[in-house]
Amino acid sequence: MKAIETFQLPSAAKVNYINAEYGLKSWLLTKDHKRIALLYLGSISFFFFLGGLYAMFIRLELLTPQGDLLSSATYNKVFTQHGIIMVFFFLIPSIPATLGNFLVPMMIGAKDLAFPRINLLSWYIYLLGGFITIYALLAGGVDTGWTFYAPYSTTFSNSYVIAAGLGIFVSGFSSILTGLNFIVTIHTMRAPGMTWFRLPLFIWAHYATSLVMVLGTPVIAITILLLAFERLAHVGIFDPAAGGDPVLFQHLFWFYSHPAVYIMVLPSMGVVSELIANFSRKNVFGYKFVAFSSLAIAVFGFLVWGHHLFVASQSVYAGMIFSFLSFAVAIPSAIKVFNWTATLYKGSISYDTPMLYALGFIGLFTIGGMTGLFLASLAVDVHVSDTYFIVAHFHYIMVGGALFGYLGGLHYWWPKISGRMYPEGWGRFSALVIFVGFNLTFMPQFIAGYLGMPRRYHAYPPEFQVFNVLSSAGASILGFGLLIPAIYLVWSMRYGKHAEANPWHLPGLEWRTASPPPTENFLVTPVVTWEAYEFAPPEEMQVVGKLKGEGLEVADVSEK
Amino acid sequence: MADSVAIKHEASHPALQHHFENLEQQREAASLGMWVFLVTEIMFFGGMFFAYTLYRTKYPAAFASASNHLSLPLGAINTAVLIFSSFTMAMAVYSAQTGKRRNQVVCLALTILLGVTFLGIKAVEYHDKYVDHLIPGRLIPGRPFSASDVHLLPGAAPQNVEMFYWIYFAMTGMHAVHMIIGVGLLSVILFFAARGKYGPEYHNPVEISGLYWHFVDIIWIFLFPLLYLLGRHLEHGG
Repeated sequence: MKAIETFQLPSAAKVNYINAEYGLKSWLLTKDHKRIALLYLGSISFFFFLGGLYAMFIRLELLTPQGDLLSSATYNKVFTQHGIIMVFFFLIPSIPATLGNFLVPMMIGAKDLAFPRINLLSWYIYLLGGFITIYALLAGGVDTGWTFYAPYSTTFSNSYVIAAGLGIFVSGFSSILTGLNFIVTIHTMRAPGMTWFRLPLFIWAHYATSLVMVLGTPVIAITILLLAFERLAHVGIFDPAAGGDPVLFQHLFWFYSHPAVYIMVLPSMGVVSELIANFSRKNVFGYKFVAFSSLAIAVFGFLVWGHHLFVASQSVYAGMIFSFLSFAVAIPSAIKVFNWTATLYKGSISYDTPMLYALGFIGLFTIGGMTGLFLASLAVDVHVSDTYFIVAHFHYIMVGGALFGYLGGLHYWWPKISGRMYPEGWGRFSALVIFVGFNLTFMPQFIAGYLGMPRRYHAYPPEFQVFNVLSSAGASILGFGLLIPAIYLVWSMRYGKHAEANPWHLPGLEWRTASPPPTENFLVTPVVTWEAYEFAPPEEMQVVGKLKGEGLEVADVSEK
Repeated sequence: MADSVAIKHEASHPALQHHFENLEQQREAASLGMWVFLVTEIMFFGGMFFAYTLYRTKYPAAFASASNHLSLPLGAINTAVLIFSSFTMAMAVYSAQTGKRRNQVVCLALTILLGVTFLGIKAVEYHDKYVDHLIPGRLIPGRPFSASDVHLLPGAAPQNVEMFYWIYFAMTGMHAVHMIIGVGLLSVILFFAARGKYGPEYHNPVEISGLYWHFVDIIWIFLFPLLYLLGRHLEHGG
């Protein structure tokens, strides 16, 4: 057994992953997980903006009860494309491909992901899928809804279903490869001393997410492929005219697409676990419960898809079982919410921007989760199925949950990613604007939906107008709020205050290396001698253990 | 002392990638990666197996009729070919581990040959279906599906016979795509094996390609009885 000694970290490395190489080629052919994370950050931001544009058209159209801005056919395309882009090209890759890519190796003390080339490949596959989808949008768009229900999609729709499906099929493989890379990395690349129960909860959440990616995505891949062939060649297993069963499509589709919601929200929960613990400066209450609840959500998440079929000719007995299981998945989610709240208790809380997003997440996710229980109840679901109630519900999960976690995490790790601080005042201001705008957008939709306003129509009865005006007003506030971080984060890359290695004084491994980190993350392979969230005096948290006799001469690089 | 020498020796191995500590870690990562990939493959094929099971239960007579029209001898020969190729693949991995380069090259070449044989026989079968107008839907323009050559058991509707053939082509077609990828993969491995890249110290590419090859074989082991042996007794007995 080798002895362990410790050394003080240099606060900034002269040669880091950003300035190690220059030129377009050094970025496009990089195998560095941190650079790939930035490539993803750029591309998903583009798709987020595009999806946001479609959302803007939806809200403008719904400002008045008459369908006056867009024709019904155009409106169908607009909400479909909003859904496809936001779900498959923003929300699913958002946290795993950017923050996860950047942080998974750093948090476990590895030099890179296990398969750096596959990691780069996943980005190119994502781009290819994105381009195919953009082609579908430019060529004439797709109008089936992001759910592609058969037989409309296989037989009747006159839009570019095959191209859009192919885009999703292709981009799915980037998700599979990312998940595969994370699972293998977390299993085989942990630094000495980094045991499973010393892993940050962000890692547990990503491990659970990766399981869902790896087990779920191939099913949507084959489903979309069969759908495309069915449309192309008029052979069929989904179209009733060919003896097929459209409900089979719904089963296969939701077998992936329900767990896909957990692909979006689990990483966000991982981020929130980090934020709550670190900004309360306390170990997470019930670490193991929070860790295992991620796995429980991943497992239960695969057994609840039938709640999307309560009104689609599924048998009542199947409905009862799926209803029960959908209630059951609330348990691990509730464990997380209770444990985060208990973590806050008697913590030393500071309200920095990331923490505002984390607290926002808890509130919004709770509302989204509780309304999910309405939808899991067989009878209530019949009443609110295909209304704005469900639109509001899943936006509370996807935007209030996934997006808030993403923004919180982006701010929190921004000093590590960019080496610069974001402007704190603007950060807090925009977090509040986004929170207010979000609630104003989607809270009225619960009411409109409960009163019976159906989703996916460009016109509606005039009595719903007040809710829609509120919602559209909220959406403009939300959109404005989102522009602020987009501007100041870019601004800060050049003009922001230089960040220290550990600006928040935290124990995690990613904070025990320079900001921005060197290409191989750590100057020597670190040895972990502390538990996750084990707070110590700041000077001790600058220190990292190393195996005695390992060459420190590498460390000189940073001082030149 | 001996320990650190071993580490130094491994660190200088040309196949060791920079982000791994040693070859053992690299090997573990590669093989776990392949296992996880195979899990995704099971889920991918799983969607089709599910559709197959559903419609076989729903339309038993049509599926049995359609299945009976498949060529049992060709399917059986192909099954034997693939099982034998799994044996040669296993021997290739063993030869790499024990450093027998000549055996390794011979076994890899044999595996590729058997894989190509499988694909050739499959092509003959596909051609037979083409001749019998059994390509479903409008996959072949101007040559629509017709079940007139199939002996329909009582209760079998031609439309559902077509559905069987669609599932048959989807599953065996996807399997064949995997075979083609496998043959390509093994050709690359063969190229490097001939140059002596793999030995007792470093052989994980051979090993994980072997895992992939065995997986593709196992898919066929399931496809053969499900598609070919279904309802044979009904043809003669009932």
